[in-house]
Amino acid sequence: MIRPGGTILPVFTVVLAIVMIWYLAAVLLNAAWAIDRAEKAGQDLTKAELVSETLSQDRPRLPAPHQVVIEIWETTAEKKITSKRSLIYHGWVTLSATLLGFVFGAGLGMLLAVAIVHDRATDLSVMPLVIGSQTIPILALAPMIIVVLNAVGLSGLIPKAIISAYLSFFPVAVGMVSGFRSPAAYELDLMKTYNANRMQLFWKLRVPASTPFLFPSLKVAIAASLVGAIVGELPTGAVAGLGARLLVGSYYGQTVQIWSALVVAATLAAALVTLMGAAERLTRRAMGTPP
Amino acid sequence: MTLVAAALAIWAAAWAINRRIAAVPSADRLARVLSPVIFGATVLVVWELLVRGFEVPEVILPPVSSIASRFVNSAGTLWIDFVQTFIKGALSGYAIGCTAAFITAVAIDRSPFLRRGLLPVGNFVAALPIVGMAPILVMWFGFDWQSKAAVVVVMVFFPMLVNTVQGLREAQPMQQDLMRTYAANYWQTLLKLRLPAAGPLIINGLKICATLALIGAIVAEFFGSPVRGMGFRISTEVGRLALDMVWAEITVAAIAGSAFYGLVTLIGRAANFWHPSQRRDLR
Repeated sequence: MIRPGGTILPVFTVVLAIVMIWYLAAVLLNAAWAIDRAEKAGQDLTKAELVSETLSQDRPRLPAPHQVVIEIWETTAEKKITSKRSLIYHGWVTLSATLLGFVFGAGLGMLLAVAIVHDRATDLSVMPLVIGSQTIPILALAPMIIVVLNAVGLSGLIPKAIISAYLSFFPVAVGMVSGFRSPAAYELDLMKTYNANRMQLFWKLRVPASTPFLFPSLKVAIAASLVGAIVGELPTGAVAGLGARLLVGSYYGQTVQIWSALVVAATLAAALVTLMGAAERLTRRAMGTPP
Repeated sequence: MTLVAAALAIWAAAWAINRRIAAVPSADRLARVLSPVIFGATVLVVWELLVRGFEVPEVILPPVSSIASRFVNSAGTLWIDFVQTFIKGALSGYAIGCTAAFITAVAIDRSPFLRRGLLPVGNFVAALPIVGMAPILVMWFGFDWQSKAAVVVVMVFFPMLVNTVQGLREAQPMQQDLMRTYAANYWQTLLKLRLPAAGPLIINGLKICATLALIGAIVAEFFGSPVRGMGFRISTEVGRLALDMVWAEITVAAIAGSAFYGLVTLIGRAANFWHPSQRRDLR
């Protein structure tokens, strides 16, 4: 059903426009190489031949969408999951680091938020530094964390998860501090008239009141966590994972491989954020809040 | 062992001081400045003492003092890297990306259909791991700063777009009706009502992009760069296990990032002086 105020038709139009621009850009960017090759072979290309040529190169400057889709199909559905060339395998390597890092980071962020809300000294001394540290390009630390942990003997999943945890920690901490502080003064006063102690105040008022802040920060955190895992895979010498596929692809000029890894990463990010959105709706329904 | 004991003692003492400061309600403004400074300084001192006390090797965590001396001794190199990555890569990309997004947002805003379509798509793209575009853009624009600027443009475009489009909807229908009764045309309404009303969200977008810009420029250098630049220096010095240089570079990144963010915040305060969140007398 398409309502006048609906979003399905406009979104569809925009996505269609993006795909068309992509095809157009693929033709324009790859044309130079195709013309060059035809000249060397002494051929003359017609317009139609030129277009079909630009959309089917092995190593195009910009692969056409259908080339990427075919590559993804070949490296997911037609390869064994255990194969080193399967994108599902590489995607799983990245996803496991993302999820582990996210759980740790979000957990620590919530603990810090609890400490900040309940202890004024922590609030005054730590909170400004937490906010300030968001302006620091933390991803620049990634190669160092990987190499140092490698020197200590930790490699593989854990170092990547640490970078992910680091990135997902801050949005959750900052969001949850606002969330735990969101109850109004009269609500706090009401709890006081009930003679509620700090535990009851926390679990029965602050936690439920913080859910509108919890899920948006979790969405930001899980997206940041995925970026952390991908960047964390770059300095390991490109062993496994979507980041490794990006790096190998850029070493050997395999643009189709880079784009397919990118699209899989994007799909993963979208799926994770959608999952968080579903969790949000479930929680809201369970709490009886109108959507 | 004495160094470790000293570290613990200093930590406890600083925490006690901060507790004292927090317990004095009258010294609120002073406490807000003093507490984080004391805490930050304590972290640095404890870092130094623990690293020396436990004799942690340089290749794992260098002490603060050797990072500081490296920072001073290599100031020339650090400056060259800073110019390459921040001034050339991040700033030019930030300017191009934010301007392009702003103009696109104003253009889109004229069509409600496009706006409804682009907002969800923009929100979706803003959550994607865009840094992954870096290898492709390095391939297209070469190793020098142009490709870094391109990565930054792609990274900042959608967050800025989404914030500006949302900001342009901030003006209330009542206020828009008032402009109509003044017989104001589209441009007058845009310049005198809707853009000022969009100010807080535009600044919010600029702030988000300020952090993204430096990250984008640094990470793009991991995929190939000339022999200067912060990302290049970090990845090569990590390879040589010269961690004091890496930390010095991270210090530069931290200072540049915070200064840039602070500058945008100050501009925002001056531009949005009317907004409730900026009015001190109401707080």
